[in-house]
Amino acid sequence: MAEYSWPRRGTTSLIDTEQTRIDGVAKASGAAKYSCDINPKGTLVARAMGCPHAHCKIKSIDISLAKDVPGVVLVSPAKAIGDEIQWQGDIIAYVAAETEGAAAEGVAAITVEYEMLDVFVDDQHLAAAEAADRTGKPLSNVQLVNEPGDDEDEEAFEEAEIQRLLEASDVVVEGNYGINVITHMCMEPHGSTCEWNGDQLTAHLSTQNVSGTAGQFADPLGITASDVTVHCDFIGGGFGSKFAADSWGVACAELARQTGRPVRLMLDRDIELKTAGNRPSGFIKVKIGADKNGVVQVWDSQQWGTSGASGGGVSQGVVPYVFDPENRRRTATSIATNAGPQRAWRAPNHPQAAAITHTAYDDVAAALGIDSYDVFLRNLDSVSNDKADVYRAQMERAAELMQWKSKWHAHGKGEKKGSVVTGLGMGIHTWGGGGHNSTCRITIHPDGGVETALGSQDLGTGTRTVIGIVVAETFGLPLDAVNVKIGSSSYPASGPSGGSTTVAGVSESNRRAAQDALAQLNELVAAKLGVGAADLVAKEGRIQASGDASKSLSWKEACALLGMTPLEVNGEFRRGEPSSLSSSQVAGVQMAEVAVDLDTGIVKPLKFVAVQDMGLIINRKTAASQIYGAVIMGIAYSIFEERIMDLQTGAFLNAELADYRLPRLGDIGEIVVDLWEPDSEYERGVVGLGEPPVISPGAAISNAVANATGVRVPVLPLTPQRVLDALGSA
Amino acid sequence: MKAFEYAAPRRESELAGLFSGRPGATAVLAGGTDLVGLMKKMIVAPDRVVNIKEIASLYGISADSAGVTVGAVTRLDEMLDSADLDAFPAVKQAIRGINSMQLQSQGTIGGELCQRPRCWYFRNGCGLPTELGRMVERGDNRYHAIFGNRGPAKYVSASRIAPALVALGASVRIVGPASGEAVEGPPKNGAPVAQDGNALGEAIMPLADFFVTPRAPHQGETVLDPDQIVTHIHIPRDEQIASATYEVRQSEGPEYPLAAAAAALRIEAGVVTEARIVLGQVAPVPWVSEAAAAAIVGQAVTPESARAAGEAAVARATPLSQNRYKVQLARVSVERAILQAAGLETGGF
Amino acid sequence: MNRDQLARIAVGDDERGGVSRRAFIKGSGAAAAATAIAQGAIVMADEAPTSTAVVGPEATAITMTVNGRQRTVSAEPRATLLEVLRTQLDLTGAKPVSSDGSSGASTVWLDEKPVSASTTLAIECEGKSVRTVETLGGVKPDPVVSAFAAHDAMQCGFCTPGFVVAVRAFLDKNPTASEDEIRAGLNGNLCRCGTYANVIAAALDVVKGGSNG
Repeated sequence: MAEYSWPRRGTTSLIDTEQTRIDGVAKASGAAKYSCDINPKGTLVARAMGCPHAHCKIKSIDISLAKDVPGVVLVSPAKAIGDEIQWQGDIIAYVAAETEGAAAEGVAAITVEYEMLDVFVDDQHLAAAEAADRTGKPLSNVQLVNEPGDDEDEEAFEEAEIQRLLEASDVVVEGNYGINVITHMCMEPHGSTCEWNGDQLTAHLSTQNVSGTAGQFADPLGITASDVTVHCDFIGGGFGSKFAADSWGVACAELARQTGRPVRLMLDRDIELKTAGNRPSGFIKVKIGADKNGVVQVWDSQQWGTSGASGGGVSQGVVPYVFDPENRRRTATSIATNAGPQRAWRAPNHPQAAAITHTAYDDVAAALGIDSYDVFLRNLDSVSNDKADVYRAQMERAAELMQWKSKWHAHGKGEKKGSVVTGLGMGIHTWGGGGHNSTCRITIHPDGGVETALGSQDLGTGTRTVIGIVVAETFGLPLDAVNVKIGSSSYPASGPSGGSTTVAGVSESNRRAAQDALAQLNELVAAKLGVGAADLVAKEGRIQASGDASKSLSWKEACALLGMTPLEVNGEFRRGEPSSLSSSQVAGVQMAEVAVDLDTGIVKPLKFVAVQDMGLIINRKTAASQIYGAVIMGIAYSIFEERIMDLQTGAFLNAELADYRLPRLGDIGEIVVDLWEPDSEYERGVVGLGEPPVISPGAAISNAVANATGVRVPVLPLTPQRVLDALGSA
Repeated sequence: MKAFEYAAPRRESELAGLFSGRPGATAVLAGGTDLVGLMKKMIVAPDRVVNIKEIASLYGISADSAGVTVGAVTRLDEMLDSADLDAFPAVKQAIRGINSMQLQSQGTIGGELCQRPRCWYFRNGCGLPTELGRMVERGDNRYHAIFGNRGPAKYVSASRIAPALVALGASVRIVGPASGEAVEGPPKNGAPVAQDGNALGEAIMPLADFFVTPRAPHQGETVLDPDQIVTHIHIPRDEQIASATYEVRQSEGPEYPLAAAAAALRIEAGVVTEARIVLGQVAPVPWVSEAAAAAIVGQAVTPESARAAGEAAVARATPLSQNRYKVQLARVSVERAILQAAGLETGGF
Repeated sequence: MNRDQLARIAVGDDERGGVSRRAFIKGSGAAAAATAIAQGAIVMADEAPTSTAVVGPEATAITMTVNGRQRTVSAEPRATLLEVLRTQLDLTGAKPVSSDGSSGASTVWLDEKPVSASTTLAIECEGKSVRTVETLGGVKPDPVVSAFAAHDAMQCGFCTPGFVVAVRAFLDKNPTASEDEIRAGLNGNLCRCGTYANVIAAALDVVKGGSNG
């Protein structure tokens, strides 16, 4: 087997440069077709009916009136009598109709009788959840340097040891921190357009998982995965919520089968937010003991939160985040609420963990009156990964970009201009990444045409362009010479886009296939030119003997040597196998500067610095975009967005865009992105980037607000209400 | 959306008979930015939609020495662009604050004034206002009223321009069937059809009196009956009045402010001799604060006097369980609107 | 307001501009009393009363100019412009994101003004001109489209066509906009992936007439 490798740094023409995404004009001009844009002749519009109540049993469903609504073609209940509904917006029925209006009217004409059950949605208050009997058994995880004696009670020892360590600390900080549930808010809701050709189903599904969803359609429809083609050229946002065919995807296919017509079923915005995923909440009560330099000696926390009806919350495995002091006790309690189920949300658990624990670390700095930067720096010896040196270097770089040292003032001690104060805050993060399973098929045609096909998807990261860059670089061709085919389950299987694994995965399979294909082509060229195949290089559209440019063929001439048959080469990568092309684990440091109007509680980001490693960078332009985007999403959950539930009824009150607050173009301040890629990063291959930069903004922004105001606003998002409450002026 | 009939009259006179007197049966399409969304969610489900945007006489801005008249279907961006409205900075600042080019070029002044409450209980289908009152009281009322909220209506008046217009003493013209003359034609789908011979009448009233706090179901948020519409808004000219609108907006987007205030001040020889202070987003109607006006009249505008007026404005606020912070924001809004009207720094963002 | 409180308008008495003038003068309330309206500014009831056609709720023919071509569609009065563009005219650049237009993703030009197609009824576009993002594409894309691509002002791309229309409309009105004006003037569109920084860069590039803009 060939040795796969990346070109030496500095010798590339495409890799590690800034390339414009190949589908950019198509997207910007509206030519790109998303799942909801697929509109075969005769397509029916389907609509889901969401349950208006958060906890109830279905007593009856009457669809007779709905069937009579002009334009309604089919009404199909999704629930049966006696079914228990656990959250508002769970889907009760579907209506397929000729127009949007008729579908909506059909939904409105469905009559359902409910038996109301007790509702609980208050995840912020552990005591309330306990009183409502909605908590799971608290789970504890303790790590102590000292161990109990053989005959000592373990829990009693732990308690005594924690207390002893706290008392021995120079400073003890106690605090409450929290971060509310947010939704994914994909711009394109979940859904699909489904069409049948005989017993063959094509599902134009808005999915992050083109290769993995066919089987999910097949089983419930009583067909086999080989009868299903999942197709998705463009997806309007996923963020971790679109890995599955979903019950409504299957329902769409079923409606199409029963009506004999193509059917499009996209979730309404409110059902989308209520049902199609959210990010769990996390609340924590922390006691932290540190020495006089701010080095944490002991951590003791109780946390709680919800992932919906089945309980859940933020994993305690990432508490405290990145830092792992030698002595720590953490307890987590799961709360079951009548709310929709969580789904993976970009870097699951990490953003919440950062927001509720790096804030506590920052409060150590505030309590000691020392620079937050120094507290983070001094605690790097306890990080849970092997990146301490990377963090140090990145902190230095970030501080330089932020001008941290010259801007720093002690918490609450900055200059006040009118009612406005400013402050600095930071956070650090970690993520695994690394490539997912990926196979691809590269075809070199005798006329010089090159294509690669794989069942991957472009979540917005520029996957098509990344693939094109890898293949074109390998063949020494311009980017537009490669026809990149993704977005169909009929292509060789490639992994779901989650966990920052796509770029590494598709780069692996494509580099491997391309290197193998080139080696085969080089054999033919070598024979033709009378040189050794190993001496050939592909660059600038030619294959030539290295050191002798007179011996060369154009790419087209070289491909003509294939004769009548195209050359097809498959590339394959299995996650976890050692590879020189990819690796895993990144660090990352972020710093925020904010202004706070003490009279209104409004927080405005002034400047944000993100220093991020990601191994070898395939496309610097789209990589930077990922970081900009992550920071802006971070600003969103730090300052603006949260799911707001009515505690009486369990209604999701702000499940429309107009009420779900998100930052706009004028809200982001200045963002400085630093692609941290020393040679050591280039050399360890591709890692991945989607998750890491979205992790630290909550901590960095909350810490900046604490630094500006001198008080901790405990719960994110930092709305004017919470800021004023914390300031005591409301 | 429920299916509906549609009419687009071209003259005011054609309005006669197009409207049903039955609550909810007819909806007026003035801009659509609010109505169409409400119809999609079936919070509003009319039998007929009457598009008044094609009525030429309801469109445009005209000015003379007495004041400026704005037709109800004049687009907000046209108001922003109109030099005739330069004399009323409070109005332009309020429109600018909407922060969406699309809403500004699609929305009309009549629609903006008549938009329905943003209350999320209402928008989630809980109705207005009686059932709602109790729900809001016990529920999540972080964005609800801190004034005028003792009755069932606890939402806040949504209009962002009304506080400025009320502060400036604007009046509004209303048209509808006149007494005794209207004849309803044979019903078609429950709504009357146009019929010659229906008589129209008009009334003019101060905009301050146009908004009402409903006490019972089917009472609206304005004096309008189901068959009446706003046709024009008139702002009296007074060169000596300085005005401003200050909104506490969390973001730069079109989301509604958390609190707002408009101030119209007559300043003579450095002293405020007459003032009208109107708060927005704090009560079921644009909330005229006589206490704030009294506090600033007779004073020079200074940070201290503005602050005192702000404090006077909120002295009698009655916050609900979760919106005490809005009292602070209302106070700051008044303070900053006054400072801004007087051309002084507000000290905040 | 009780209809007794309405003063009868003498329909057809050809009172050019006088209706509002008279009304505002004699109108109730101190504020209105001092006012007068410019003569001739407002015209109404200048002819004998006519009645207005009421159509629907069934589908009816709607004729409008779409991207320069006259098109006639059949749609119910409740059909939005967005639905008609997307399902009947295969113009899917404008996207359905919110039911209330708050995302800006369905922005199109209606008589050359940027509006949300999701809160515009198709039937109100009768006789009007609609222009969509598709007119900015093609083999020689509009500089705004090129600048969006060059500055990577997109990720998933779903909000992007609406943003492109908004930027084009904004720059048509403010061709020399500064960065501050761009940050203040383009807040009607929502992006979840977080492309704002690059949108700002793209818009600035167009202002400066950059190589791609």
